Amino acid sequence: MEYTVLILLLPCLSFLLIGLLGTRLRPVAAGVFGTVVTGIVAALSYLTAFLYFGAGRNADGIFPEQIPWNTEWLPFGGNLHIDLGILLDPISVMMLVVISTVSFMVHIYSFGYMKGETGFQRYYSFLSLFTMSMLGLVVATNIFQMYIFWELVGVSSYLLIGFYYTRKEAIAASKKAFIVTRFADLGFLIGILIYGFYTGSFSFTPDASVIGTAKIFLPLALGLMFIGGAGKSAMFPLHIWLPDAMEGPTPVSALIHAATMVVAGVYLVARMFPLFIGYAPEVLHITAYVGAFTALYAAVVACVQSDIKRVLAFSTISQIGFMIVALGVCTSADPHEGGLGYMASMFHLFTHAMFKALLFLGAGCIIHAVHSNEMSAMGGLRKYMPVTHVTFLVACLAIAGIWPLSGFFSKDEILAACFNFSPVMGWVMTFIAGLTAFYMFRLYYNIFWGNENKELHAEHRPHEAPLTMTIPLIFLAAVTLVAGWIPFGEFVSSNGQAYHIHIDWGVAATSLCVAAVGIALATWMYMREDRKVADSLATRFSGLHKAAYHRFYIDEIYQFVTHKIIFACISTPVAWFDRHVVDGFMNMLAWISNKLSWAIRGMQSGYVQKYGIWFLGGALGLTVVLLLI
Amino acid sequence: MDYSAIFSYMYTEIALVGVIVAALVYDLAAGKKGRQAFHGVMCALLLLFIAGTVYPYHKETAEVFGGMYVYNPVYGIVKSILAIGTLIVFLQSDTWIRKEDTEFKRGEFYVLTLSTLLGMDFMISAGHFMMFFIGLELASVPMACLVAFDKYKHNSAEAGAKYILSALFASGLMLYGISFLYGTAGTLYFDDMVAGINGSALQIMALVFFFTGLGFKISLVPFHLWTADTYEGAPTSVTSYLSVVSKAAAAFSLMIILMKVFGPMSEYWQTLLYIVIVLSITIANLFAIRQKNLKRFLAFSSISQAGYIMLAVISGTPYGMTSLIFYVLVYMVANLAAFGVISAVEQNSGGKVGMDDYNGLYRTNPKLTVIMTLALFSLAGIPPFAGFFSKFFIFAAAFEQGFHVLVLIALLNTIISLYYYLLVVKAMFITPNDSPIPAFRSDNSTRLSLLLCLAGIMALGIVSSVFDGINLYAFGM
Repeated sequence: MEYTVLILLLPCLSFLLIGLLGTRLRPVAAGVFGTVVTGIVAALSYLTAFLYFGAGRNADGIFPEQIPWNTEWLPFGGNLHIDLGILLDPISVMMLVVISTVSFMVHIYSFGYMKGETGFQRYYSFLSLFTMSMLGLVVATNIFQMYIFWELVGVSSYLLIGFYYTRKEAIAASKKAFIVTRFADLGFLIGILIYGFYTGSFSFTPDASVIGTAKIFLPLALGLMFIGGAGKSAMFPLHIWLPDAMEGPTPVSALIHAATMVVAGVYLVARMFPLFIGYAPEVLHITAYVGAFTALYAAVVACVQSDIKRVLAFSTISQIGFMIVALGVCTSADPHEGGLGYMASMFHLFTHAMFKALLFLGAGCIIHAVHSNEMSAMGGLRKYMPVTHVTFLVACLAIAGIWPLSGFFSKDEILAACFNFSPVMGWVMTFIAGLTAFYMFRLYYNIFWGNENKELHAEHRPHEAPLTMTIPLIFLAAVTLVAGWIPFGEFVSSNGQAYHIHIDWGVAATSLCVAAVGIALATWMYMREDRKVADSLATRFSGLHKAAYHRFYIDEIYQFVTHKIIFACISTPVAWFDRHVVDGFMNMLAWISNKLSWAIRGMQSGYVQKYGIWFLGGALGLTVVLLLI
Repeated sequence: MDYSAIFSYMYTEIALVGVIVAALVYDLAAGKKGRQAFHGVMCALLLLFIAGTVYPYHKETAEVFGGMYVYNPVYGIVKSILAIGTLIVFLQSDTWIRKEDTEFKRGEFYVLTLSTLLGMDFMISAGHFMMFFIGLELASVPMACLVAFDKYKHNSAEAGAKYILSALFASGLMLYGISFLYGTAGTLYFDDMVAGINGSALQIMALVFFFTGLGFKISLVPFHLWTADTYEGAPTSVTSYLSVVSKAAAAFSLMIILMKVFGPMSEYWQTLLYIVIVLSITIANLFAIRQKNLKRFLAFSSISQAGYIMLAVISGTPYGMTSLIFYVLVYMVANLAAFGVISAVEQNSGGKVGMDDYNGLYRTNPKLTVIMTLALFSLAGIPPFAGFFSKFFIFAAAFEQGFHVLVLIALLNTIISLYYYLLVVKAMFITPNDSPIPAFRSDNSTRLSLLLCLAGIMALGIVSSVFDGINLYAFGM
């Protein structure tokens, strides 16, 4: 399967070509080229998945790990070396399919969405760069290669968030995203270094003999790595960059900040899962609590946001929380029951990527139609945009966990895993699932039903999006409809052996009921034109409402800590020290050098006879020195 | 005598003699049209020569002429690097050599340059001090002619005179040192001489005197004083040849002789080198800060770089030899790029080489400016350019052998060097100028040479196989 190298090389080529030619390329040419390349990549990924899973299992019942291509890039002493290569195993193949599919859809969609924008070529070259980096991240053969692509992903995310670089908010958002994730990546890097130092390897699956001595440091290393993952996956309290990242073009939000990059943290934990479960189960459970809290927090905040992309952003954070929880509740007790969460998490990652991309792309169509992100500019749009309406509804039902859509199946597995872990965790997550149904339908009703902004719509009649934008919607909706029936456990499971998914009807019934209640509540509150209940609730709990609207002032706390504490109490004195003491010392050195060079200038007199004297004198002087020692 | 061994092992020198003879014959026989193509023919011949000799045909060491001449694959690598440097210099010399006052003697330029190259090859492959000395002189005497090539220009004539006088002085002292060696050891063969080396006072003197001869060629402090005047006065192409190829050959043969002959006295020559390195790097840096003429400026920069090269020699290990060769290669592409730009600007602006003349060059000649900047970055050792890696390797080589303070001093000096390299960059990019040198188009062969250098600056550090490839053949004490 050597051709898998092309999966990385093609987008890289496309990035370089479109990027270097720049505006010399016609916008359409750049778009077509980027899209065709991504299409080929998607086809290759499907082929890879087909061949890989088609090749069947080993005798011990697991799909064999394959490394079709590998090169030792940077050897250090001992066994430590950094490789660049391609690793195929069930989760990386699954991710290849997810990423290339969503990326391909976004490429097509962007044709319509970005039409006429300045920097169209730049946009497509960045998309290619992102696709390449993300694919490289998932197929990494070792933790260091993963880190390299991890950073590349961060850079391309930064570039795309700041795509409208003339807008102040976009610049601020891109910087925020970059700095926050980079800060978290510091933890990741330190974790990698500790890991590499003590185990002497960057491999995901080092020999047990190597680990023997490193055992006590593994929880620390893995915990630090999780910090990096938490940054990318917007776990509380490192989530603050993701809502702001919505300043980027909406297709970018769909690709990077909903479906692919933000699940990198989940993927990282899944990648290191054998080590987590084997050597640091406590750290794994901590991630579960972090995930659960994040899921709850984000769900509550999502209930009151008025910007539709922000709602989706918080919903993404919340859903990633679900995935992390699912991984975190795994235990080593029984490979099948204990490892259920692993499968559930990957399953949810897969289904979520599809329906969340669909939601974002749908939101893009809506924003495209009304030229605003605010709910107040919407309402009643179902009449104008039927395709968007139906596909959006499908996605809402999926995320709410309604049978038979894909979200139901994956969420059910997660809840089952949580109940296995502890009833409290199970009930909390069930409650959040209900909350999810509520806020998603609040969003849905506010956009498509409810109080129509007739004034605005009369002035500028909303219209259905062009075909390039609706086709991806329809495709993703179709996937969302059927993806739940994929026997996912046959392909991906914690120990590699086939896992037959069976629906725990007790859990399923509970979650269905909760979801139905959430939806009903939202229908009651937001479907009609007047929204007495919602408004009166908002005024009655105005404190809570306001706090939730301001995302519980987390951003303000960050602002306070960075500006008032770090900048004022640490940075300013250090800057003074640097200005006066360090620079002063350097200036002194410079002054001395200057004076010295002035003093010795006589040596270079221009008289060759004097040169001879120096020459001979130097030789004799050196002889004397050598004789004396 | 078995002549086949001569052809089998001395193929580089024999092929080079062939090229020289071809150049002589072409110079005499070619008509008007043929002379127009002279440059192309010479470059093609040299390229052919490099292509034919770059591959080490034998993996083992061998001796020819009863030990006078030694073959070693690593020598072959160095010779190829020198030949590549010469090719780049040839590529850059076209505009200059076509000028009216040099056109009629251009054949001499090629023959003289290639003769010095032949001398250096013999110097490197010598197994006997007389052979070595002949090679050295073969490399020096035509070089003086080259320096004075623009003999009707006052500067060039003066530079030639200073060079030949200093060279004679250095050779005399060196020969004196060699005679001491002969007196104390009773032989001039490198291999036999080791047995007679015991570190007596006379031999210490011999070591220092011998060292001065090569110290002159490498232009180490305090044997460097001719450098600035000569570099400034010589035609720019010759200066670049002098600063790179000549220096590299001398540095490498110094390392070989110190290891092979003076191995038992390593303590003494390491001290000697220690002093010379500190002096060279520091004093050259202090002088470089004040220079206003770019050729003089690069003269001092090259003295300080020579000090860095000696850091690789001082270790005396195989790793040191690899890093020496790698450093020389990297230094070569960077320095030739800088000189190529200077030469192009000089030829196209009526001889401007002052630093002030470069003010605002970026606006009129952005490509040349960028190449110059990258070359200076590489010389200063800024990552990710090749210069960073080469500096890293030589520091590592010296550090490994315990020269910690020395490496620290060298490191501090890189900061000073960064300052003066950036001065040029600042002049080109930032300093405003109402009448910068107008935009021009340099000739194609110069452009080709600059591209080659640029590729080297960008790629040599990252492509790890270059260093590993050299490392396969390197040897130590």
